[in-house]
Amino acid sequence: MTDPTSANQSSGDPPSGNLPSNKRPFDNARSDNAPSRIVSSDKPPSGNAQEQPVTRSDARGLSRTVIANGARVLALAAVAVVLLVILLTITGQRTGDALIALLNGAAGSWYALTSATLVRAIPLALAGLAVSLAFRAGILNIGAEGQLLAGAAAATFATLAAPQLGVLVIPLLLVAGCVAGAAWAGIAAVMRQKFGVLEVISTIMLNYVALHTVGYLVRGPLQESTHVFPQSFTIDHHAQLPVILPGTRLHLGFVLAAVIGVAMWWWLRDRAGGFRLRAVGANARAAASAGRINVPRTTTLAFLASGAIAGLAGATQLSGVTYSLYETISPGYGYTAIAVALLARLNPLGVLVAAVLFGALEAGANAMQRDAGVPEVLVSVVEAMLILLVLAGDRWRTNRRRFAESGI
Amino acid sequence: MIDAFLEATIRWATPFALAALGECVSERAGVINIGLEGSIIAGALGATVAAGVFGPTIGFAAGAMSGLIIAACFAVFVVMLRADQIITGTAITMFSLGLTGTLYRLIYGASGVSLTTPTTGVLAIPVLRDIPVIGPALFEQPPITYALYVAIGAVAWWMSRTHAGLSLRAVGERPDAAAAAGVPVRRVQFGAVLFAGAMAGLAGATLVLAQAGTFVENMSAGRGFIAIAIVVLGRWRPLGVAAASLLFGAAYTLQNLFQSLGLVNVPYNLFLAVPYVLTLVVLSFSGRGTSAPAALGRTEIV
Repeated sequence: MTDPTSANQSSGDPPSGNLPSNKRPFDNARSDNAPSRIVSSDKPPSGNAQEQPVTRSDARGLSRTVIANGARVLALAAVAVVLLVILLTITGQRTGDALIALLNGAAGSWYALTSATLVRAIPLALAGLAVSLAFRAGILNIGAEGQLLAGAAAATFATLAAPQLGVLVIPLLLVAGCVAGAAWAGIAAVMRQKFGVLEVISTIMLNYVALHTVGYLVRGPLQESTHVFPQSFTIDHHAQLPVILPGTRLHLGFVLAAVIGVAMWWWLRDRAGGFRLRAVGANARAAASAGRINVPRTTTLAFLASGAIAGLAGATQLSGVTYSLYETISPGYGYTAIAVALLARLNPLGVLVAAVLFGALEAGANAMQRDAGVPEVLVSVVEAMLILLVLAGDRWRTNRRRFAESGI
Repeated sequence: MIDAFLEATIRWATPFALAALGECVSERAGVINIGLEGSIIAGALGATVAAGVFGPTIGFAAGAMSGLIIAACFAVFVVMLRADQIITGTAITMFSLGLTGTLYRLIYGASGVSLTTPTTGVLAIPVLRDIPVIGPALFEQPPITYALYVAIGAVAWWMSRTHAGLSLRAVGERPDAAAAAGVPVRRVQFGAVLFAGAMAGLAGATLVLAQAGTFVENMSAGRGFIAIAIVVLGRWRPLGVAAASLLFGAAYTLQNLFQSLGLVNVPYNLFLAVPYVLTLVVLSFSGRGTSAPAALGRTEIV
């Protein structure tokens, strides 16, 4: 059934290919313990986006990692501002006004810093952690957006139990968000494992399905009582996450994201499970043969955990910020999270720092649109360019090293 | 009734087939272009802007050119720098969606006024349209659909019968062997990616100039990703891809039909999800034992 040669007429190779590593169609390769096709299998490890962090995470000490990542993220922030200025100038905006609006909106006051920037950093950090965990395991989970929506929807259902449970409903809705996010990711995980479906495509499709399902829920079973607006009822006050800094909107989700980030960093660095996950992501075939690691089990669990964290992002967004469910509850946090994870080189501590940067960018962009009339989506152009720059920088270093080694 | 259904199926299938045909060529050269979505949305905006000034024909050309420019950005990273194809493609899509949204608002105002662009009407082909049942469906379509018929035939012939087509397939299967045989691997891949971008741009132009009649932010709505699924379903063959597109054309037709019938007890949001669910189902049943190009997605330097 999985005979790779049966349908491989175009290449005309013999029925018993003696070069399985080269001739196997990629869709089959991922169903067993072969490496992800993204990572080259028959070459020595390269400075690939997925592999780099494995060596990076050997850095000693929490503070050192935070400082290293902080410096890196600050440099990227500077690059982001330069890119933004270029884009603003090209598109003929009043650059000065726009930049002032951006800075004011992101960090112009204590309230802006805590209630705009840091509040936005929470879902970005959680979703970014979800993405980086999956990418570390060699799973390209582009579906954090859908998993976030699934988590938010499940958390909305869970708040219905608030009258009986009181404040105990908060843990319930957080768990519900995790379970729903994991289940949503689980669909793609099963499709990958059983049918060899590329998870990039399946998770993107699931994002759209989640969006339309939420669209249905907020016009159907969960709609507010007047049945006018496409949004859910406002959740019970017991179900709302407490604010941790009086006078601001910064909620408990901030602590949650920080704890999960540090825990993930420690687990990936120091625990056997974390090692297995990194090994599978770096080279699944080597992990299976040399390390006797159960690759399908490790990748599936990593996929589910990734979905759970993304689902938690949705639950905290609902219970900490919006207090009701609607289709645009996430303005693309799940996609921005990919940029967050990549710019942090998939390091959980770096994700926390990068999430603050992107939270500031998004908060500033919001103010820029409001005060200077610059379209908010301009920031997603900057985010995409940052990803490309990091990719290009990594590849440039690797290629140069390769050329040096090969003596060309 | 059946006529109308078939006609609508082909009309909806046209942008999918255009984009998927391009992606088919790109994947046969070993490059999976997740940035296809970005090329489609860029094509849609380029077509809108150009058609508003110069009319629909130039609109299509501008759409193809816009899609090609986005694909060129992708190719620089993937073909020249050998960066990861999936991540680059995701970033390119983000880039293009953001850029088109920004430009659209800058050109047509922050409120996003509902602008209407000139559209191409239906061009019926005199004799062929009289064929019973399939005649009206196949030959009472906008001109771009006829261009698609020609393109499908041409690409199918080119890929299987010409030396250049063989080189393309060799690059996708064994780039090292192709390079040893004197095929300029990177140039072939670059060309294939550009072709895919231009075709995706045409698909975007079709959405505006032959279907919606207006540009909407994010109007590509995942069609680029669906097109990649169509290539898998069509077994990386032009004719297979064309047939697979019909399935999605039919899904969109049924979705619209059910919506217009106004089945009150089934909310329309669930119909909107149908094409995406269909993609998932289709991928599940066609993912294994496929004839994917052996070097698809590989990044090592050749």
